[in-house]
Amino acid sequence: MAAVPTTATAATGAAAPGRAGWLRGRYLTVIVLAAWVALWALLRGRDTLALGGAELTPLHTRLSEGMDAIDAGRNSNPLFLYFINYIRLFIDESVTFVQALISRPSFGRPVPVIGWLGVTGIATAVALLYGNRRTALLTAAGFASFGLLGLWEESMDTLALTLTAVVLALAVGIPLGVWAGLSDRVNRFLTPVLDFMQTMPTFVYLAPLTLFFLIGPASGTVATMIYATPPVIRITAHGIREIPVSTLEASTSLGSTRAQALRKVRLPLAKRTIIVGANQTIMAALSMVTIAALIDAPGLGKTVLKALQTLDVGTAFNAGLAIVIMAIVLDRVTSAAGRRVEAERRSGRARGTRARRIEAGLVLAATAVLVYLSHVYVWAAEFPGGAGLGSYVKQGAGAASQWAQDTLVTYTDALKNLITYGLLNPFQSLLAGSPWWLVALVVVALALLLAGARAAIVAGVSLVLLVLLGLWHDSMVTLATTLVATLIVMVLGVVAGVWMGRSARVDQVLRPVLDAGQTMPAFVYLVPILGLFGATRFTAIIAAVAFAAPVSIKLVAEAVRGVSPTAVEAATAGGSSTWQLIAKVQLPMARAGITLAASQGLIYVLSMVVIGGLVGAGALGYDVVAGFSQYQLRGKGLAAGLAIVVLGIMLDRIMRAAAQRAAARPAPH
Amino acid sequence: MAAPSLTAKSSPPATAPGADDPPILDVRGLWKVFGPRADRVVGTPLAELSRTELKQRTGCVAAVRDVSFSVRRGEVFVVMGLSGSGKSTLVRCLTRLVEPTAGQVRLDDEDVLGCGERRLRELRRHRFGMVFQHFGLLPHRRVLDNVAYGLEIRGTKKDDRYERAREVLELVGLAGFEGSFPDQLSGGMQQRVGLARALAVDPEVLFFDEPFSALDPLIRREMQNEVIRLHREVGKTMIFITHDLSEALKLGDRILIMRDGALVQMGTPDQVVGAPADDYVRDFVSDVPKSDVLTLPWIMRDPRPGEPLDGPELAPDTVIRDAARTVLSAGRPVKVVSGGALLGVVTTAEILEVIAGPDPDTTQDTTPDAASDPDPDGPDPVATDRDEDGRS
Repeated sequence: MAAVPTTATAATGAAAPGRAGWLRGRYLTVIVLAAWVALWALLRGRDTLALGGAELTPLHTRLSEGMDAIDAGRNSNPLFLYFINYIRLFIDESVTFVQALISRPSFGRPVPVIGWLGVTGIATAVALLYGNRRTALLTAAGFASFGLLGLWEESMDTLALTLTAVVLALAVGIPLGVWAGLSDRVNRFLTPVLDFMQTMPTFVYLAPLTLFFLIGPASGTVATMIYATPPVIRITAHGIREIPVSTLEASTSLGSTRAQALRKVRLPLAKRTIIVGANQTIMAALSMVTIAALIDAPGLGKTVLKALQTLDVGTAFNAGLAIVIMAIVLDRVTSAAGRRVEAERRSGRARGTRARRIEAGLVLAATAVLVYLSHVYVWAAEFPGGAGLGSYVKQGAGAASQWAQDTLVTYTDALKNLITYGLLNPFQSLLAGSPWWLVALVVVALALLLAGARAAIVAGVSLVLLVLLGLWHDSMVTLATTLVATLIVMVLGVVAGVWMGRSARVDQVLRPVLDAGQTMPAFVYLVPILGLFGATRFTAIIAAVAFAAPVSIKLVAEAVRGVSPTAVEAATAGGSSTWQLIAKVQLPMARAGITLAASQGLIYVLSMVVIGGLVGAGALGYDVVAGFSQYQLRGKGLAAGLAIVVLGIMLDRIMRAAAQRAAARPAPH
Repeated sequence: MAAPSLTAKSSPPATAPGADDPPILDVRGLWKVFGPRADRVVGTPLAELSRTELKQRTGCVAAVRDVSFSVRRGEVFVVMGLSGSGKSTLVRCLTRLVEPTAGQVRLDDEDVLGCGERRLRELRRHRFGMVFQHFGLLPHRRVLDNVAYGLEIRGTKKDDRYERAREVLELVGLAGFEGSFPDQLSGGMQQRVGLARALAVDPEVLFFDEPFSALDPLIRREMQNEVIRLHREVGKTMIFITHDLSEALKLGDRILIMRDGALVQMGTPDQVVGAPADDYVRDFVSDVPKSDVLTLPWIMRDPRPGEPLDGPELAPDTVIRDAARTVLSAGRPVKVVSGGALLGVVTTAEILEVIAGPDPDTTQDTTPDAASDPDPDGPDPVATDRDEDGRS
């Protein structure tokens, strides 16, 4: 152990011994890996703790029974009677109310209170008043397309759920964010909680939530809030915190009270940042609302899910398209609102000018007329013409998918086989085929070598937990898939990231694509990928890569761009070739950022594990999905969800500690 | 500790001669220690350690170490030091933007450090004003609202505060920019807004924390002259932080030099230049042309027997540079006269010695008598005569 520098010495940057220790660590790492392979060859297949698909351990049964007990206590347990049931009622009523307004027949009418024309009018007016003309046009076109695709009601359900969740998330998140921005103590308390909420794969808490809030809108909304509130809390706190000290000091030196400083300085200055936070929350909410279809939340997600289960690529694509359109509209409107706040401040235009008031009045009047029409006339209430465009889209997408499968099959199969046989299978048999104690030893040793004693302890505890959960074998299979996906993500991340970081033009082209990739709800990727590769482990890997790569690419690009221009200039002046520049200057100097990209990539990949289970990945993802649908497997599903969380915490801690070490270590020259 | 090194060479540290009025601001034994358990340092042997030793032993940084001084009403008091010397912390301790670790700060008879939160706010709202290095303006408010901010938070009615804000904007030469936003103005203009904001509440003491460091040299000089003009017009007590020696010499009635958190020397500009307290200050002022700062008492000598005493007369507060022409063209000793009494004479030899360096044959210390002689009759803005010289 003497070879491993403690975190403290590494952090103080004791250059020479730290570096020597690091090199020694590297040799030891190679030795550990070699020993693993050798022992695997000898002990293959022993103590692998494999568990069949329908097999249960006593723990799983107990979990099931525990869940039954909670179910049974719904109407007798005081926690339910006086607390949870009220929350559920409140949320259900809120969602139902919004649905009654825009999506469902209500109040004895055959149609919702506001029909398509009214909703489109309101949305357009909001875009016009808070954004600009272009976003208003986009909004009108977007909403019309929901009708044209034949998905008006589903879209409105999704919108209703999203809006309710967003309003609740903001009502909770903004005050909490302000509080965390003002108080270090609150911030210290909230940060790990938010970390946990964000790193925990979303599917994991879906099933337990239904225990408390039943299947339906309330569970969906709560799940969405859990997923969507952290961004607005974090970003609001950041906005409140990042206000220049000098500005606050000036205000204090004039004798502001704390309340005055908050109202007159902090909040106005943080306004734009808070809107950015709201934008993030809206996007996160939309993507979660789609996923909440798994627990029967209404809307477009359900359409996609049904289509996925029947492998109906056309229908899934059609609904996916509507989701993407909604994402784009919501994103553009909130971004434009943020920019408008800034622009108004810069141009120094007061809010209440006459022209603006007249414009607002006209827009509101026109909207009122449209809402009235849609309330009274059927043609303005129900989208006319049926799903004209939708059926073409379905047919077209179905045909395109079929064609692609038929024509590209040689290439896609080659790729699939290359990755599966070249990388995935060996890796999986190494991880899942070794005795569990051997894998555990190797992981702890590696954590110790790469990330230090604390990470090694976390790893050890996590591995024991995985054994106790009775899902060791499945966890190892999932780990193999996850690591392979992360490897691909990082290869993509480094190649594209370096390219982007070095060339402004590439950045310009790639960035919008990556942005779209990030804002698109995860479900949507599955459709075309499933069409191309069928339901296999490889499909799950590709979906995870598609989800995680944009983040990693962006982070690597950011890190490469962050390399001091002087260093690059000096190296260029010294006659470095492009490759030398990349290999000897830019990549080494961007090491900390690249490590961060890897750890983020891994977390993103892990959060797709359950989605992978939907498209053939098996293992933990499948266990969770099966837990949703089969009563007797729900205990196992819960255990699998916990196993995913444990895996995530373990990998996250190891990566983070390793990243900190990389950052503390002086760059090689 | 720096205080003991202040020997008879320079004036006593706190109360300058001739200051009979009680000081408006009186600071005694002020300490600010940052770090874990900072309150355990002052008053223990730890306090005697050097900054680096203290940092190593306790992890604490002593930003201000046992500083005492007092500021007279209407005076421009400059605190000068390099970055890290603790001068910005010192000024923040005075208004408790940073809470001092130990010591005493009195404004007139009030114990500033003993004030409750509410009383402190009252002081800040009515008696203190502060101008910051990075302006600290509110970007989302118009210039007019920025200037009126101090009045707004103390509850002045809208019309009244706007009226006052317009007045002050006029005073700092920004009339016509009321409706602009800060980021539409140049750095110099933004700092004028900062100045106007501080002046708007009509404070008794104005604190300047390196207000012109972020400005380019020409604008800086313009703003320095602006401060001198405002000081003449409104006569506020000003405490001015700077790292720029020429700025200190130009503006200060008295200068306090800090190093590593402690006071090194305090005195009038000519005392600092003519009689540096130690090598640190000497090194600091070595580039300053002495003839631009020192007054005649620093170089005059007693008339020798038989010397003609019918030459021109000059006042003792005349700067050497301004006296040079008279002395060189007089052809006989020039008398330094105050209130009819002959203080001494100055001849070509003395002038040349200051400008061209000491004559190797007659090297002698000119300071001993100078230190006791220069007798500033009240605050003497030595620097104001040198506005137009091109030094920066």
